[in-house]
Amino acid sequence: MRDKRLHYKTPLLQTPFHPRTSAANLHGHWAAWAGYQGATDFGDTEMEYTAVRNAVSVYDLCPMVKYEISGTQAQDYLDRLLVRSVARLPVGAVHYTVWCDDNGKVMDDGTLFRLGETEFLLCCQERHLPWLLDSAIGYDVAVREVTEDIAALSLQGPCSAQTLKAAGWDVSTLKPFRIAEVSFQDKPLRISRTGFTGDLGYEIWADPRQALALWDHLMQAGAPWGIRPIGSDALDMVRIEAGFLIAGADFVPAEQALRPDRVRSPFELGLDWLIDWEKGHFNGRRALLAERESGASEWALVGLDIAGNVSAEGAILYHGKEREAGVVTAALWSPTLKRNIALAQLRRSYLGPKSEDLWVEIYAMRELNYVKLMVPARVTQRPFFSPARRRATPPEDF
Amino acid sequence: MVLDALIIGAGHNGLVTASYLARAGMKVAVLEKNDWIGGAAVSRELYPGFTYSNCSYVSSLFRPEIMRDLELSRYGLQILPYEGGAVFTRDGGYLGMFRDHDANRREFARFSARDAEAYDRYSRDVMQHCRFIRPLLMRTPPDPARFRPRDLAELAWIGRKVMDLPEAQIAGMIRFWTMSISDFLDEYFENPVIKGYLAVSAIIGTALGPMSPGSAYVLLHHYMGDVDGNVGAWGFARGGMGAITRALTRSLEAAGGEVRTGKAVKRVLVRQGRAIGVETEDGEQIHAARVISNMDAKRTFLRHVDEAELPAQFVRQVRRFKTRGSSGKLNIALDAAPKFTALPEGAPNLRGDLHFTDSVERMERAYDDWKSGHFSRDPFQDVMIPTMIDPTMTPPGKHFMSCFVQYAPPKIAGKDWTDADRDAFGATCIDQIETYAPGFKSLILHAEIRTPRELEAEVGLTEGNIFQGELTFDQLLFNRPVPGYAQYRAPIRDLWISGSSTHPGGGVMGAPGRNAAAEILRDARIGHQMSDAYAVI
Repeated sequence: MRDKRLHYKTPLLQTPFHPRTSAANLHGHWAAWAGYQGATDFGDTEMEYTAVRNAVSVYDLCPMVKYEISGTQAQDYLDRLLVRSVARLPVGAVHYTVWCDDNGKVMDDGTLFRLGETEFLLCCQERHLPWLLDSAIGYDVAVREVTEDIAALSLQGPCSAQTLKAAGWDVSTLKPFRIAEVSFQDKPLRISRTGFTGDLGYEIWADPRQALALWDHLMQAGAPWGIRPIGSDALDMVRIEAGFLIAGADFVPAEQALRPDRVRSPFELGLDWLIDWEKGHFNGRRALLAERESGASEWALVGLDIAGNVSAEGAILYHGKEREAGVVTAALWSPTLKRNIALAQLRRSYLGPKSEDLWVEIYAMRELNYVKLMVPARVTQRPFFSPARRRATPPEDF
Repeated sequence: MVLDALIIGAGHNGLVTASYLARAGMKVAVLEKNDWIGGAAVSRELYPGFTYSNCSYVSSLFRPEIMRDLELSRYGLQILPYEGGAVFTRDGGYLGMFRDHDANRREFARFSARDAEAYDRYSRDVMQHCRFIRPLLMRTPPDPARFRPRDLAELAWIGRKVMDLPEAQIAGMIRFWTMSISDFLDEYFENPVIKGYLAVSAIIGTALGPMSPGSAYVLLHHYMGDVDGNVGAWGFARGGMGAITRALTRSLEAAGGEVRTGKAVKRVLVRQGRAIGVETEDGEQIHAARVISNMDAKRTFLRHVDEAELPAQFVRQVRRFKTRGSSGKLNIALDAAPKFTALPEGAPNLRGDLHFTDSVERMERAYDDWKSGHFSRDPFQDVMIPTMIDPTMTPPGKHFMSCFVQYAPPKIAGKDWTDADRDAFGATCIDQIETYAPGFKSLILHAEIRTPRELEAEVGLTEGNIFQGELTFDQLLFNRPVPGYAQYRAPIRDLWISGSSTHPGGGVMGAPGRNAAAEILRDARIGHQMSDAYAVI
């Protein structure tokens, strides 16, 4: 057992896959992610992106924060904690959800895995143990942070099902948001048809002690399709195309906001469709009900289609080129769609007819000079990219 | 030539006031009773080759606007951030603090998984309180009892700031300003060691225990500073805390002002209700258009101004202004770095603040001794070894250790401190360190032991109170030092106060001195460029 006091020598943890990811990381490009060292790219973001949309890719998911929630009242507890109905989530299924503070402001989003009648796994971006424990008062439920106990990989791309089949796991009948229990070297292994890419894809949940063997096994199985590891830069491209949000990037988690006007409700993030109003009380319900009745939402999270081909990260949105109307939180020239797309927080008053006159101010640095652009933007459907293969069961062979 | 302004006391606030006035074109002189400058921001060489920080020992609150206005960098001031810290536990372990966010979380997790994730929430809430209070530091408090347009406008400004906050935050703020640090920490944390470490900032310099209501605000007072925008961070002044007052003096001299040391003021000369100068202990009369006292309110008005010149109610209130001393200080020259057995070799924690009080309960017991008129038998110490970072204070390999100690009462069982009391106090502190760093005693080359008696006699702090008056809610903002006189003006015309007895209070902040200068220039109708507080955005 390593000396736990010496954590300061490696303040960023290395994931169980580190021996492999570090060998593959040609430029040594790393960034801190949730207390771990995560690859931003392995040498060529464009090719990594292409692997997701063309063949098959592997992404090291270990840093994602994971809480194990179990107990006879786990379902009731989670129904009180989260906005979506947990009672309707069958065993062996997963759903995307959010949770709010008592003021109805979003604390985080994440995926909830129902592993058994009374056993769940909640995966998210931020750390919430005090909130989860406080919400558990009065319930027969145990909450445990298990981030380091699970090694997770995301296998994404049109050829991901074939790769799994080649690896010995035929999951062709597995529907989206469902979990399969298989085995690897005589130990149980969990595969879910989930992901953050908007494409056909799976996430694999393993014992950390099997991590390296699992990595090697997948790389070998996926070799015919050119499987390659991807970093967070490529992942960010595909998640924007898929229209997914990232806590801390597209919205400020309610518990972290210093400025009182920075928090957002599910209505303001376009996530109110998750709310189950019939399931009884849940954290934030009263405030959300009031917001629904009064229509007091101030913001809207929208997808934008922006003229031209210059990506608009961090740009200010204007109405009529003059009045500030919002801010771009994520932007991308989409290689697959050949469109200049963005996610943005827009003041709700500019939805509707006023959205016909929206503009984005882009400062493009070109050889030490800014080229200042004011280009029209159009509110458009999210997700930007949602191919049929994402949902097809069984998936076709590509 | 008659002086435009005469400042009593070459502490940091007096020098800040003097520098601003000199830069605005006034003829200024500062009188200092000691043979050295600095007040409580002082560095003296008490052992050959060793520079001490004899009183204050760390810097965070000193306003960057002042450093910039007075060009203190040009005159030699450099603030060094420090890292880490630790509290040693009685079972031979320790809890460390780390600048790295993830290292800090992992460290907390050794004690409590919940507390590790609660720290962000705690920091966020404290930071929200800081964001509210920081803009108030460099403004003259409004006088709510006078209905001048200026006071009403200032009150309205504060009112609007409050109303801009969500309801829950207003409630939280009122609770925070009045509750005990123990209750406040209980809302976030479960582990006694973590709470013990964090409670420290709420009792430093304060005659309150961690369970006394009002102690939470004192925590804020220690968090609202910054090192280069890093709010809540602390640092060392390179060359000791005296480097701050040295740079201020050079800045003053460059602007044409002067400091006269060894010049103790006997009394303020008052003629027909106006201050016209001072008489020194050596019999000299020095005249000035205005007199500004950097001394605390009690010392200024009860010892150096004829009480007959003052309103009776004012005198009574000044007498009742709380200046109860609570702390002592050990300054130690070390032959080598001490070895704390609990720390792994090479741990960065020695480059920060070291404590030995591993629970709030134990801190409160230390306070119990103070209440009964004795120094704490198991004291709380805030130990720093600035030479772990600053190479200029000692010869290489040698170290200077600053030990801030609580609690030490102004009197021992109602009687004045004796030399024997002082030595017993020092031995208690040194023994405590020796427990965690065996062999420590043998490294001591020289130790300066200071109780409230020494702090009062040398620095002039009444009862040895390091903040020139306690930072309790009843003595803040427009009630500091007393209601009706919070705008740096004394009841006598042309007599001003600019020390930590005034808003926003103690610590090496410079804001009282700066605000006093702003009021003086305003009254004198002299326009002068003075930075407003940097906006909180």
